[in-house]
Amino acid sequence: MTDIAPSTLPEAKIKVNNLQFFYGSFQGLKNINLDILERRITAFIGPSGCGKSTLLRTFNRMYDLYPGQRAEGKIMMNGKNVLEKDQDLNLLRAKVGMVFQKPTPFPMSIYDNVAFGVKLYESLSKAEMDERVEWALNKAAIWNEAKDKLKQSGLSLSGGQQQRLCIARAVAVKPEVVLLDEPTSALDPISTAKVEELLHELKEDYTIAIVTHNMQQAARVSDFTAYMYLGELIEYGITDELFIKPKRKETEDYITGRFG
Amino acid sequence: MNARYQKRLLINRLALLLAISAMAIGMIFLLWILAVLVSKGIGGLNLAVFTEMTPSPSSEGGLANAIFGSLVMVGVATFVATPVGILAGIYLSEYGNRGWVGPATRFINDILLSAPSIILGLFIYTIYVANVKHFSGWAGSFALALIAIPVVVRTTENMLNLVPASLREAASALGTPQWKVVSYVALRAVKGGVITGVLLAVARISGETAPLLFTALNNQFWSADMNAPMANLPVVIFQFAMSPFENWQSLAWAGAMIITFSVLALNIAARAFFDPRQKK
Repeated sequence: MTDIAPSTLPEAKIKVNNLQFFYGSFQGLKNINLDILERRITAFIGPSGCGKSTLLRTFNRMYDLYPGQRAEGKIMMNGKNVLEKDQDLNLLRAKVGMVFQKPTPFPMSIYDNVAFGVKLYESLSKAEMDERVEWALNKAAIWNEAKDKLKQSGLSLSGGQQQRLCIARAVAVKPEVVLLDEPTSALDPISTAKVEELLHELKEDYTIAIVTHNMQQAARVSDFTAYMYLGELIEYGITDELFIKPKRKETEDYITGRFG
Repeated sequence: MNARYQKRLLINRLALLLAISAMAIGMIFLLWILAVLVSKGIGGLNLAVFTEMTPSPSSEGGLANAIFGSLVMVGVATFVATPVGILAGIYLSEYGNRGWVGPATRFINDILLSAPSIILGLFIYTIYVANVKHFSGWAGSFALALIAIPVVVRTTENMLNLVPASLREAASALGTPQWKVVSYVALRAVKGGVITGVLLAVARISGETAPLLFTALNNQFWSADMNAPMANLPVVIFQFAMSPFENWQSLAWAGAMIITFSVLALNIAARAFFDPRQKK
C-alpha cells in the first residue's frame, strides 16, 4: 500500500507551518504543522468538528469566500506562501482542485461541465478540447457511461455518476493537487469502491488529500494519515503504522472506537 | 389512543376543508371575472379590431393603433427594465449583505415595488413631459420601466439566493472568477425563475393605466412616432368604457379581453418553455 524507502522519499508538495484558523473569535485550527508529500494520498481522519475539512479548505483558500474566516501562519506551495494577500486565488485554485461531499454538477451539459474549468485557462481547439474531455472522463472512470450522452445535462446522471463527473471536472484542468472532502459519504458502496479505485490511479499524477470520516476508507486508500481532534493535529504518519501501532493514546482510542 | 387519533383526523379534515374553501372562493371570483369578460368581449372581437384604428364615437373601427402602441411601450420598458433589474438583483444577492448600500437599495426597491403607479407616472410627467412640453411614447415607456424594475430586482435576488453555496463553491474551486461564477453557473442554475420574474413584470405593466395617462396620453390615429402621444390599450379602455357609446363600449370589452388573454398566454408559454427544461 505504501512504499517509503528512504531513497524514494518524495518531496513535500505542501508544507504547513504553524497554521492557525479562526471562525470569528473561535479558533478552529491550532498550531498545525505537517508536510503533504507529492504523488501520495494523505488522509485526514477524526471526529466531527475536529477541523479536518477546515484544514483542507485552507489549502485552496476556499474560506476566503466568507468574511469573518481567517487563517494565520504559512502554507508553502512551490516555494510561495499561499496565505499571503497577494496570492492570486483563481490561479491557486486552478492548481489545487477540490471535490466536495455533495456532487455539484453545473447546470449544463456533461461536456460543458468538464470543459468549463479548462476554458478558463487554456484556449484549445475543438479537437483538443474533445480529447481533453474524453481523457478526463476516462480518468474518472465514467467515459463509457457518458460518451453517448455528452450533450445531456450533468444533472441527468445518478449520484455516483455525478460525483465522478465532478472528479473529471477537477482533473480536466490538470491541477497539481486534488483535495477531496468526504467524496464518497453521499454515495452507495459500489460507487464508493469505484471512486477509491480511481484515487489509486490518480495518485500517480497528482498529490491527493482526502478528508474522510470512514476510517476503513482511510486505511484502504491512503499512504499517510493524519488524526485530528478539536483543531489540533494529534498524530501524523504512515497509514499502516498509524493504524497498527499508533504512537498516541488518543489516536488509539479513536481507531479502536472507544469514542468518536 | 384511538380517541386522540380520531380527533387528529377530524382536525385534519377540517383544516383541509378550510383550505379548499379558501381556494374555491378565489377561483370563483377569478372564473366569474373571466366569464363576464368573455361574454361581453367576444361579441366585439373580430378581425377589424386588429386592423382598424380607434374610431370616433359613431363610426366603426378597431384597436390596431392601441395594440401597436401598447406592444411598443411595453417592449421598450421591458428592454430597459430587464438588464437594469437583473444587474441590480445580482448586486443585491452577491454584495447586498455588507455595508449599507445593499440594505438601503433593497429598502428603496421594496418601496418602489409597492408605490402606486400613478405616482411614478406623475414623476415622469414632472421631470420629463412638463419640460419638453409634450406627451410621448418614450415617456410612457420609461414610466412603465420604473414600475417593472423593482419586480425584476426582487425576483432575481430571491432566485439567486436560492442557489446552494455548494454550487458556487464548486465553481470557485476551479479558479472561476466571481463574475463568471455568477453569470455562467449561478444565473444559469436559476434562469427559469429569473425569466419568470421578467414575465411577471411584463404582465404587471401590460395593464397599467394611470402612469400612461400622464405620459403617453393617447392618440386617436395611427402613430409610430415615439416622440408624440401614443395610443395604448389601457387608456383606450378607460376612455371607451366610461363613454355612453355602444360601439366604444364593445371595443373596450374586446380590448380588456385581449390584454387578459395575452398575459395568460405569456404565462403559460413561460411555464411550458422553461419549467420542463429545468427538470432535465
